[in-house]
Amino acid sequence: MTRMKITVSALAVVALSATAAAARDQIRIVGSSTVFPYTQAVAEEFSNQTGAPAPIVESTGTGGGMQIFCGGIGEQHPDLTGASRRMKKSEYDLCQQNGVTDVSEALIGYDGLSIAGSRANETDWNLTLAQIFQALAAEVPVDGQMVPNPHTKWSDIDPSLPDTEIIVLGPPPTSGTRDAFVELAMHAGCEQIDEIATIAEESGNEDWVAENCSRMRTDGPFIEAGENDNLIVQRLESDPNALGIFGYSFLFENMDKLKGVKIDGVEPQTETIADGSYPLSRPLYFYVKNAHRGVIPNLDEFVNAYVAEDALASDGYLAERGLVALGDDERTKLQDDIQSATPVEITE
Amino acid sequence: MTQTDLPADLQSRGHDWASPRARANVARRRRSETVLRVVGLGAILLAFLMLGILLWTLISQGSLAFRQTHITLNVPVAAEHVDPADPAKGNYRRVIAAAMSETFPEADTTEQRALSKILSNQAQFVVRDKVVADPGLIGNEVRIRVPVSDPYDQLAKGQVDTTSAAETRRLSDVEIANFRALEEQGLISKPLNWALVTANDSRFPELAGLKGAIVGSAYALLICFLISFPLGIGAAIYLEEFAPRNRLSDVIEVNINNLAAVPSIVFGLLALAVFLGWFGMPRGAPFVGGLTLALMTLPTIIIAARNALKAVPPSIREAALGVGASKQQVVFGHVLPLAMPGILTGTIIGLAQALGETAPLLLIGMNAFVTSTPATPFDASTALPTQIFIWADSPERGFTSRTSAAILVLLGFLVMMNALAIFLRNRFERRW
Repeated sequence: MTRMKITVSALAVVALSATAAAARDQIRIVGSSTVFPYTQAVAEEFSNQTGAPAPIVESTGTGGGMQIFCGGIGEQHPDLTGASRRMKKSEYDLCQQNGVTDVSEALIGYDGLSIAGSRANETDWNLTLAQIFQALAAEVPVDGQMVPNPHTKWSDIDPSLPDTEIIVLGPPPTSGTRDAFVELAMHAGCEQIDEIATIAEESGNEDWVAENCSRMRTDGPFIEAGENDNLIVQRLESDPNALGIFGYSFLFENMDKLKGVKIDGVEPQTETIADGSYPLSRPLYFYVKNAHRGVIPNLDEFVNAYVAEDALASDGYLAERGLVALGDDERTKLQDDIQSATPVEITE
Repeated sequence: MTQTDLPADLQSRGHDWASPRARANVARRRRSETVLRVVGLGAILLAFLMLGILLWTLISQGSLAFRQTHITLNVPVAAEHVDPADPAKGNYRRVIAAAMSETFPEADTTEQRALSKILSNQAQFVVRDKVVADPGLIGNEVRIRVPVSDPYDQLAKGQVDTTSAAETRRLSDVEIANFRALEEQGLISKPLNWALVTANDSRFPELAGLKGAIVGSAYALLICFLISFPLGIGAAIYLEEFAPRNRLSDVIEVNINNLAAVPSIVFGLLALAVFLGWFGMPRGAPFVGGLTLALMTLPTIIIAARNALKAVPPSIREAALGVGASKQQVVFGHVLPLAMPGILTGTIIGLAQALGETAPLLLIGMNAFVTSTPATPFDASTALPTQIFIWADSPERGFTSRTSAAILVLLGFLVMMNALAIFLRNRFERRW
């Protein structure tokens, strides 16, 4: 009797598994952990408004999301992926190879990247990008030569900075936040240094900055703190001398414990990120398979809800969550592009 | 005491129990015993201290999430906002804003906007659902009780330092004053937060709950049990009762023990490659999670089942064989029923382990944001540990306490399962 039951249930399990992959009525979304909260918001709002099943949103990181997204066309592949940078040529090629040829790109807005420290620290932090580069790069220029970073205290870089150890907690290389930080802060800071300009010119290599200014130091002052930004926030609370690098929304939520570091005198705030005066902001994208629109139920409606005014406008509900909105013209163009399903082409 | 006082046999062997050397020896042995006791006690105290600190931080953080601030409000549903012909399409955001401006008649338009933000985003949908269910409410008032949004929830729980500088707070002085006014009117209450276990995940901490994760975990455990239990018992019976003792069965035994020690993430990678890659099973389904956990639990169950079978005395088998039972009858009629309590105990402990497992589930996509309860094991969902993982990574303040609360819920389930295992063992286990 018991054996009968077990056999029957085992058979039932096998039979069910065979039908599992058959139908899908939920939208599947993967991609960047930075775009994740915004996609979450649209998904929940969409489901509440229309009563459609809520899309499944998974945070896989930008690169991981592209791998899964470009896996192919069909129900077992996701419909949409979020990205905290533009799709790379190699990823575009992967998509093409796997038959994912008709993809639309949507630039949904900008996200601020903040550097912050504990409120317990009296210092009114105000750094230039060049100083950030001097503090965190693996190699810095000294007397016309690139040497391993000798700075251990902020005052080593500039006597006006505090006489405390450089301790900066930041994201690991697998994170999109790290990519954005390297590009926006490290490269820009690198270019601000006069000596670098001379060295780069002498080398005759156009990509000199990208090749030599991307590496973060690994001798202690820069600490890779994992993907969890809340952990960095906790570490900052317990160590008033440390600074941390994370998405602006974490600073926004923890203003009672943390204060933002001004960059070139500009404080990280929604307004300064939106008007571009705060230099560390990056574009956020999503990519959608046009071949799935109209096939996967509600996908077309969902994508239109994502780019709709009440989501993306500067007083939309995504702005409430920390997204820095596009200008009006950009937004209208985006809505047109998405409506007409204009395919993206990435050539470099 | 002199040597002659001692019994003759000890004297003859040359033992001098009273000599300084012998006394020193005894004292040393006593001392080392005392040290051992103190160290042992110290180890236990240290372990308890650690456990205490863990529980204390969890409870002190998590207890905040066991209550949720709610607001009770009379909402007038005006016909100008909601069309009686199609009540589902009404502008319920406006309806809520109108209700708030009635409570604060002197507020101007921008202030009214801020006032609506006291209520959770859910409020408009609560009103909508009531109106859709009963369109006669249009033109009348609806009384609702909904959660307040996270910043105000933190305020009501005393987590906001109102004396600090305004720019360090989420809420301005005006917003705090508005909320205090509502409190004075008696509209604010802090009931038990049942939503924590009856609601699905949400991006708003005040609405987020664990229902989807609990159901997802239950499905995954069910699948895990259905697969690993019969397979584990089958393997154990074969190895213990039928397999010849030779080199092959030794190799199998060693490998099963090794398998039990393989890190769980390896099973996750295996599942990603095989179940998702080759078989094309859906991402994030509890069914796949269950399969993966079954791979992990199987060795534990086989080892437990073998030990339980081994503990059944040979006399039982011999007696049954002696009266003419076949080997199969011996196993299924006598040995297995007697070993069952031990097998069940091992199974439950294996399942409890599987319940707390996170790493393999992350790899197969069970860490998605899902706002619905899975209806079948093939719908995407989260599990309890992955839900904790997601919440721990969310910026909103409300999720900090909810993460601790979710950990407490998970610990609660684990304690229940272990208690069940102990109960089964004490109640049914036989000793020979």
